[in-house]
Amino acid sequence: MNHWPFIIAAYGLTALGTLGLSFVSWLSMREAERTAHALRKDR
Amino acid sequence: MHGFANPTRFLNIARPLTPWLFWTGMLFLLTGGYCGLFLTPPDYLQGESVRILYIHVPAAWLGMGGWTGLAIAALVQIVWRHPLAGVAGRAIAVPGALFTALCLATGSIWGRPTWGTWWEWDGRMTSMLVLLFLYFGYIALARAGAAEGRGLGDQGGVSRVTAIFALVGAVNLPIINRSVVWWNSLHQGPSITMRGSTIESSILWPLGLTVLGFSLWFGAIVLMRMRAILARNKVEARLARMAREGAAG
Repeated sequence: MNHWPFIIAAYGLTALGTLGLSFVSWLSMREAERTAHALRKDR
Repeated sequence: MHGFANPTRFLNIARPLTPWLFWTGMLFLLTGGYCGLFLTPPDYLQGESVRILYIHVPAAWLGMGGWTGLAIAALVQIVWRHPLAGVAGRAIAVPGALFTALCLATGSIWGRPTWGTWWEWDGRMTSMLVLLFLYFGYIALARAGAAEGRGLGDQGGVSRVTAIFALVGAVNLPIINRSVVWWNSLHQGPSITMRGSTIESSILWPLGLTVLGFSLWFGAIVLMRMRAILARNKVEARLARMAREGAAG
């Protein structure tokens, strides 16, 4: 049995999950901090 | 510890630390991943599929480590009422759940060529699946508490019930750890212990790089999520104050 399709699937899934969560977390942090900063400037 | 209870002081440390953890983690991950995929020999018994080790073991470590973090945060919240402990708990839950899911998925993918099956209802796999459901329960409780705004203190943490749930759920951690000893399992026994490793050193060495890389990356994601929660909480508090001032004026 060729093991490489299983290895590629495992690494691909991990890359997708970690990069996806990195992007979502960074976007959420950036938006929240921008909103907080803008509100502080409006005071 | 209460010295870091001040969000401003925490943010002064978290802001420069976040990119440092993220990029250093990525560097270790890419190096460890490359070495694990291309520089190590195949296992004499499992063949090439042993390369899944370099992502499966860190995922298991962080899935369980994440819940340990949740339980410590819950204890700190309940006993010392540290205002950032609940925020840390909320921030850990999603990456912890992700790594538990990745551990199950990569284990299943590894199991097919090695054991001839995708899944077996044995002690190790079932207790790890229970951990994933515990994470889902924690996330649901934390979100419900946040939506209702009950028991969150003034920093956007979690309710007391959610914190107690995290502490009770920690009972599952020693069960996962000892499951391969207590019950017959397709899963191999403990191969890395305090006394050393049964894995051949020519295969083992990139594992340290990926474990360190994923751990640093996990830290960066937790800091990002804590910063987002604190910023959103600041916005909500400020909007509420403006509304009160508007109504009074």
